Amino acid sequence: MNRLHDMFENLKQKKEKALVGFVTAGDPDISVSLRMIISMCKSGVDILELGIPFSDPTADGPVIQRSSARALANGVSLGKVIGMTKKIREETDVPIILFSYYNPIHAYGNARFYQDALEAGADGVLVVDLPPEEADEMTDTWAGDGLSLIRLVAPTTPGERMKHIAESASGFMYLVSKTGVTGSDGLDTSEIGQHTELLRSVTQLPICVGFGISTPEDVAAVAAVADGVVIGSAFERLIEDNLDNPDLVSIITERVCEYKAATKL
Amino acid sequence: MDKFEAENYPDSNGHFGAYGGRYVAETLMPALLELEKAYYDITPDPAFQDEFHGLLHHYAGRPTPIFHAKRLSAHLQGASIYLKREDLAHTGAHKINNTLGQALLARWMRKKKVIAETGAGQHGVATATVAALFGMECNIFMGTEDIRRQAANVQRMKLLGAEVTPVESGTGTLKDAMNEAMRYWVGAVQDTFYVIGSVAGPHPYPAMVRDFQKVIGEEARGQISEEAGGMPDMLIACVGGGSNAMGLFFPFINDTVEMVGVEAAGKGVETGKHAATLGAGSVGVLHGSKSYVLQDENGQIQEAHSISAGLDYPGVGPEHSLLKDLERVRYVAINDSQALEAFQTLCTLEGIIPALESSHAVAQAMIEARRRPKGDVIVVNLSGRGDKDLGIVNQNPELGS
Repeated sequence: MNRLHDMFENLKQKKEKALVGFVTAGDPDISVSLRMIISMCKSGVDILELGIPFSDPTADGPVIQRSSARALANGVSLGKVIGMTKKIREETDVPIILFSYYNPIHAYGNARFYQDALEAGADGVLVVDLPPEEADEMTDTWAGDGLSLIRLVAPTTPGERMKHIAESASGFMYLVSKTGVTGSDGLDTSEIGQHTELLRSVTQLPICVGFGISTPEDVAAVAAVADGVVIGSAFERLIEDNLDNPDLVSIITERVCEYKAATKL
Repeated sequence: MDKFEAENYPDSNGHFGAYGGRYVAETLMPALLELEKAYYDITPDPAFQDEFHGLLHHYAGRPTPIFHAKRLSAHLQGASIYLKREDLAHTGAHKINNTLGQALLARWMRKKKVIAETGAGQHGVATATVAALFGMECNIFMGTEDIRRQAANVQRMKLLGAEVTPVESGTGTLKDAMNEAMRYWVGAVQDTFYVIGSVAGPHPYPAMVRDFQKVIGEEARGQISEEAGGMPDMLIACVGGGSNAMGLFFPFINDTVEMVGVEAAGKGVETGKHAATLGAGSVGVLHGSKSYVLQDENGQIQEAHSISAGLDYPGVGPEHSLLKDLERVRYVAINDSQALEAFQTLCTLEGIIPALESSHAVAQAMIEARRRPKGDVIVVNLSGRGDKDLGIVNQNPELGS
């Protein structure tokens, strides 16, 4: 069973692009987070990126830093995120990518992480600070190839290196739209088009684009060139603005529907 | 004990045994590969080395002297203590050696902007200084707690024309400043050179910073032979990230001399409020390299604590991590009050006001000297001067009055 592959095939039939939704697990708290995520998956999120909070998120802007800090204050750990994954999997077939910095996985144990994440129903993992040069120490301990290792390509990545990264990738490629941390503004869709084209020349895998995408108009513009559009900080900002709002889940769900509509060609 | 073969480290991927490497976001990888190439191609160039050593001599005031601390030694009634006077280098600490090297490399790479993180402010001042010297734009990231406790250095950086960006996240200390500098670099990587101040961070920084700092140990070797008539019995240096210690130790690494690295025990290692990363930490990944780190069982980095802002860091250089495992260097920890006592002692017995960071090394030297016979020779790296710490020391009722 390969949920990621099936999902992209299915969307192709429907002439849609994938809406990839990132949220930090356990923000604002574990139970609201679970309800919200399940609702998101049932109303338009095609791939879930479940963020494992880390104390020192050096690739993230202030919005995701704060969501990470709130989740940590709630006692969220990698073990608890795996527990949440299991519960989400009971409710939906949406592919789940665990999104992490390397240190929490290293501390949990690479082999144990593979086993537990797979059993819980995760489909892949994206480790933001683990470039191909360092990734073997993690994947060499994996007892199979049940988890896709999602690879990042940045605007600074030269063509030769792109090719090298693509060779070891599976699931899909994550193209970072711009230099900078998550949530920074200044989206340049023509540049994204060029990078996507370059990346397509070296890989058959679907390409999802993320960083700095926040409006349905952004989503439509990126969906025109890529196979999937990643929304992270925009969801987190909305969560932050409605931390104590009892309607948080419906507010987020409504936003998911708006983004999803923009992925239909 | 396995022999440490210095020339084998780091390997081609920047690993020191199990440590080091490049654990960074893909956006930074091309910049690190470019920097690595520049480090291997440009820094060995005789023209680069001539310019670097010319600046160390004419601008930074090297060689710094080695000084026999006779009154301190007599007071301890044991081994002879010699101080390697990095406090006398321009800007008041060893940090200038590395910033001159990196700024020169930045110039050879045609980068016009530099950024840096700083804890105690010494690396920030040293970076602002070379940026002024080379006419480069300079932005220094500093935690708000450190800005408060190291106010004099903030003023110096501003005078030198640098922008100081306050970092409020976390505890507002060195770790948070480094997080923010890395975030800024991700967005500005195409035209900005990141001047890392310690033997930490992703490859090639740990090796490069060590190489720019090893002038300390190279000078000390010659000086101590002349002054004391042979090799020293022991070297002592404080370790936060560990650049002054690597600088002193590295040229002696294949000798039989005993080496001691001194971490900050803060309020005491047993209280949990300390910065003894090698003494009480475990292996993890922080700021782009694998090393010992202070972390909880879930891999979340913990806060460090030390009276000395420069040692207040929950990570440590990868090469120190390897040297610990190989037992080539012994790592110990000195607490806040021991450091303050050593600070006071050096002031009154030798007329030298040491930085609180360096005071940790002096405190350990006082312990070691008492245990050793009079003929033994201990070299202590007096990595910086203490003017910046007067505010902290004055707040301490038992001292300075």
